[in-house]
Amino acid sequence: MKIIIPIKRVLDPYTQARINKQTQLVDLTNAKMAMNPFCEIAVEEALTLKESGSANETIVVSIGTDKTVDTLRTALAMGVDRAIFIKTETDLDLQPLHVAKILANIINREQADLIIMGKQAVDNDNNQTGQILSGLLDYSLGTFISKFDLSSDAKSVEVCREIDSGIETRKLNLPSIVTVDLRLNEPRYASLPNIMKARSKPLETIEIESLGIDITPRIKVISVEESGTKDRASKQISSAEEFFSELNQLGVL
Amino acid sequence: MSALILIELNGSEVSANSRAAITAASELSDSIDALVLTNDSAHSTPVASLSGINTVKMIVSPELEHPSVEVASKLVAEAMSGYKYLISGSSTFSKNILPRVGAYLDVQPISDVCEIKSNNTFVRPLYAGNIMATVESNDETMLLTVRATAFEHSPDGGSAAVENLSPSIPESNSIFVSLQESQSERPELTTAERIVSGGRGLGSKENFALIEQLADKLDAAVGASRAAVDAGFISNDYQVGQTGKVVAPKLYLAVGISGAIQHLAGMKDSQVIVVINSDPDAPMSRMADLVWQTDLFDALKDLNDYTQ
Ligand SMILES: Cc1cc2nc3c(=O)[nH]c(=O)nc-3n(C[C@H](O)[C@H](O)[C@H](O)COP(=O)(O)OP(=O)(O)OC[C@H]3O[C@@H](n4cnc5c(N)ncnc54)[C@H](O)[C@@H]3O)c2cc1C
Ligand SMILES: Nc1ncnc2c1ncn2[C@@H]1O[C@H](COP(=O)(O)O)[C@@H](O)[C@H]1O
Repeated sequence: MKIIIPIKRVLDPYTQARINKQTQLVDLTNAKMAMNPFCEIAVEEALTLKESGSANETIVVSIGTDKTVDTLRTALAMGVDRAIFIKTETDLDLQPLHVAKILANIINREQADLIIMGKQAVDNDNNQTGQILSGLLDYSLGTFISKFDLSSDAKSVEVCREIDSGIETRKLNLPSIVTVDLRLNEPRYASLPNIMKARSKPLETIEIESLGIDITPRIKVISVEESGTKDRASKQISSAEEFFSELNQLGVL
Repeated sequence: MSALILIELNGSEVSANSRAAITAASELSDSIDALVLTNDSAHSTPVASLSGINTVKMIVSPELEHPSVEVASKLVAEAMSGYKYLISGSSTFSKNILPRVGAYLDVQPISDVCEIKSNNTFVRPLYAGNIMATVESNDETMLLTVRATAFEHSPDGGSAAVENLSPSIPESNSIFVSLQESQSERPELTTAERIVSGGRGLGSKENFALIEQLADKLDAAVGASRAAVDAGFISNDYQVGQTGKVVAPKLYLAVGISGAIQHLAGMKDSQVIVVINSDPDAPMSRMADLVWQTDLFDALKDLNDYTQ
């Protein structure tokens, strides 16, 4: 079984997003970037399947500017076999529909029957790409998964999905796309020797234009504004009595 | 320019986020229909009595008790013919189905709409809500999920016509196995007026029961940070935040929660925020209206004694 893991390079999730006054866009110039945390979990799950003998090849794919190669190398250092880099000239505002069309093209070429990806990218918080991709390919879909069990004949997979009302378990026939939630596993770190080894692993570069996919924006960003948390004038309290009298005054009890 | 609402049912009740979707739709369209996928034709009743709906379109089949996304998205895409908007409340239900409908209709969906500026311009959060973006759609058809905390919940009071659609139900390559639902007598997290939320500071599942006790006394829902859920203090459906539920109650009481941006993303629009934390520098405290800086176990004991 061949597994494809689409990964995204994003602003480090522990960094506050800021707007550049000149460009009026989120400032990524000198920002700390990282692999989307959900994609790290997807990589980990694929590696576990490879190590258990269920998968024979793991491939990461990422679409982005030159710096995206760093993120692909990180995945290779974690243990992924090879990488496909879809190169864009500038930080194109690619939308999930475009990303999904590009990924569908690569998945068809590679004939992969299991795609493991993040449930959402923590920059745009779209939570769409896996779902769209599954529709384009007509693959079965398991979103927000926190548990993944491949059947012994490797023809289906049982997944637990974290949904608003609890946990849903479904059996998906392969080929399938799963989008992973945070509690699926603990991603590993790349060890130093593996970081060295990763440099010689195969990384194929494909120019986005060569795929012939229409990436005209469907959605135009008109403006962005910072809406971080506003500090409130906090008042100190020190007893249950004060707690109740304050809340009564505020009219929230 | 008509709109179709994809209704989410909780048992036999219409979810609060579907009610928010109707309000959002009313800002975009004069003609709003509702679509229900179900195994029970009686479900038309609660939907038909929603205010603001013209026609309830029912697709009823035994296979739709726990519909697979593969089947649901095809049926919804077919039902969309003639509509300009498909709107649903933001939830794991709609986020599962809508983007796949987008694949069938070749439309880029828009998630978590918080404000409607015009018939094709919407405001939505990025970066865990630290950035709000105003975006314009160039698609002919628009697929939106809308935040239940950002729109009024349309009340009952209508009497819509009911129409049965009978499309053929496609084969599914996914099979429902089981649903493990949390049962609780407490108010529902996303619609509760008050929430008592616990974090890693509680230290254990046994101690987390103190949060539940206090919630009962305040007639509040229970919430949790990701750290509390990961540590197994409580199940995943109680998580508040960027990747959990988004809430905006009158009162949010955060106990032993530090206030990471991913947590704030889920509760920063709460009306009154109260923090119990021993760390005077916890980021949560800056957002708070009231701060009780103390050991949380002392505070919880004091609160419980006081309410005896
Ligand atoms: C991609 C991504 C998505 C995420 N999504 C979410 C999400 O949706 N929701 C979410 O909550 N988090 C989310 N997180 C995790 C988030 O970054 C934090 O790790 C998490 O919120 C921390 O939980 P906590 O505040 O309970 O724990 P901690 O940060 O460990 O804080 C514990 C707090 O308890 C206090 N405390 C400890 N003991 C006591 C005591 N005896 N008395 C009083 N106070 C005490 C401490 O001072 C501290 O402030 C996400 C992270 C990532 C990377
Ligand atoms: N530019 C990209 N390159 C590769 N994969 C991506 C890209 N953007 C999104 N994805 C994948 O889609 C998932 C969900 O992203 P989103 O739908 O944007 O929230 C991510 O976790 C990735 O697995």
